[in-house]
Amino acid sequence: MLGKTLKELSEALNKKEFSSAELTQFYLDRIRKYDDDICAFNYINENVINQAKAVDEKRAKGDTLPVYAGIPMALKDLIIQKDMPATCSSKILEGFVPPFQGTAAQLLEDAGFLCLGKLSMDEFAMGSSNETAYRKKTRNPWDTSRVPGGSSGGSAASVAAGLTTFALGSDTGGSIRQPASLCGITGLKPTYGRVSRFGLIAFASSLDQIGPMTSNISDNAAILSVIGKYDKKDSTSLNVAQEDYTKYLTGDVKGMKIGVPKEYFAEGIASDVRECVNNAIKAYEGMGCEIVEISMPHTEYAVATYYIIATAEASSNLGRYDGIRFGFRAEADNLKEMFYESRSQGFGDEVKRRIMLGTYVLSAGYYDAYYIKAQKVRTLIKQDFVNAFEKVDAIICPTSPTTAFKAGEKMSDPLQMYLSDINTISLNLYGGCGLSMPCGFGADGMPVGVQLLGKYFDEGRLYNLAYAFEQQAKLPVMPEKLK
Amino acid sequence: MRKKVIISFLIKTIEVCKVSQTVSKKDVLHIATLARLKFDDEQAERFTNDLNNILGYIDKLNELNTDNIEPTSHALDIYTVTRPDKAEASLSNEDAIRNAPQSENGMFRVPKVIE
Repeated sequence: MLGKTLKELSEALNKKEFSSAELTQFYLDRIRKYDDDICAFNYINENVINQAKAVDEKRAKGDTLPVYAGIPMALKDLIIQKDMPATCSSKILEGFVPPFQGTAAQLLEDAGFLCLGKLSMDEFAMGSSNETAYRKKTRNPWDTSRVPGGSSGGSAASVAAGLTTFALGSDTGGSIRQPASLCGITGLKPTYGRVSRFGLIAFASSLDQIGPMTSNISDNAAILSVIGKYDKKDSTSLNVAQEDYTKYLTGDVKGMKIGVPKEYFAEGIASDVRECVNNAIKAYEGMGCEIVEISMPHTEYAVATYYIIATAEASSNLGRYDGIRFGFRAEADNLKEMFYESRSQGFGDEVKRRIMLGTYVLSAGYYDAYYIKAQKVRTLIKQDFVNAFEKVDAIICPTSPTTAFKAGEKMSDPLQMYLSDINTISLNLYGGCGLSMPCGFGADGMPVGVQLLGKYFDEGRLYNLAYAFEQQAKLPVMPEKLK
Repeated sequence: MRKKVIISFLIKTIEVCKVSQTVSKKDVLHIATLARLKFDDEQAERFTNDLNNILGYIDKLNELNTDNIEPTSHALDIYTVTRPDKAEASLSNEDAIRNAPQSENGMFRVPKVIE
């Protein structure tokens, strides 16, 4: 059952090669066998097997079923699935069971998918290594002494280890693409507004976007076709027609112009990462693409800009955790003390750091110097992309400066951790789409990811470019020991 | 004597500049109050250090002249979304308070507000 695309799984279920219950049990068994080491799951839905049996019964009766009926998947633990705990890997949300359904989960359910459970992440999606998680600190399936990246580390690791068919993640500054790169899978951050954020627990509202994390390009395109839909419950969802992205996968990329921005190949990029990405560029040249050198001069300001805008938005969004309506409450004699205690005991250090930074840049006397300044630089960064896309169809660059680093290596230096997102952050400030896919292995045997960046609503083109490379490169997508 | 005064004045000026560019432990405790967070002495020390490191890096933005640049608050153009002012189905009272740490008679129960 491993290694089949979603389309193949759907066909196999229809032909009754195996049942949904067998497929679901297969994944539950793998989770039991491997997740003690990988620590990807915050919550396992024990009821999923009964849901699978119910689908099998309907199938046996000859009922008309949705295309992916009875295929199990998993969600990052900030994506709301009704009646299933959603913790954001934070103590402050322990015990919270959402009484409403999120749009992405609803669309997956409508397409027939079953939810295996919820996946660990950096607390409130703040981190690049999954180490800020309150409980489950996910490890990299290729080498469990290393991090899976973050913040969608549980999503990336569970897909790489074959503990689910696919997963949804979320990306605010690279949180889908960086872990996808470090775990050797494919992750796409859609254009801002493509996927509804209704039911996505907010980190930075002008940057957050849900996206698919999969073991191949065709699955990724298939999932975005399901969840990429206008939703009136999210006022920033854009009313753009739903598309079948699998239609773009022709593999014909001749004549496409791909930009190589020199700023994304700066000093900090490891030589083995550089080499793998350069090989991918050569492969595209061989397929008839035109490779164009471009410059995006404001790239070096992206991390600083991001850490003002994202923390400002987060400090406001996280004001809702007050111990009154849901989640953790610390006992105290009066209301004010209860706020202080609940928040101080409920949030971890990285979340507190960002709330503090965000509160500071928004506070009286600093608003113009930091927040407005960052919004102005955001305009310049956005302009870099607009200018680039006048010359090229897509941009290619490394996703992460290095392969997966060792657990603990960057935890003592927040700034170093922030800089590991240097190649992913700009795209969120611009709002376009971006995809990371495997392109080889580093000197340490760990996967290397290459990133393709596209203009607004140009996911189809990115998928086709990625598909063309995938068909040619034929890289292993799962560690041998887990097969 | 005069020289000494000038030097001490210079040192003071440098200190004032330093303070105006970075956050002190006192600032950190003030921001913590705004954010309803509490820090003990060791934590306040650590957060002061972390924030100064990050703000030092962020100062990089001042290399750029942004005088005539419009700020971007949102990547794509968005419009205010409205709908007719008609009540639609929403969470039931039972569902709305289901997650409350403490509730009573369909309401959220909180500790005493007024001393």
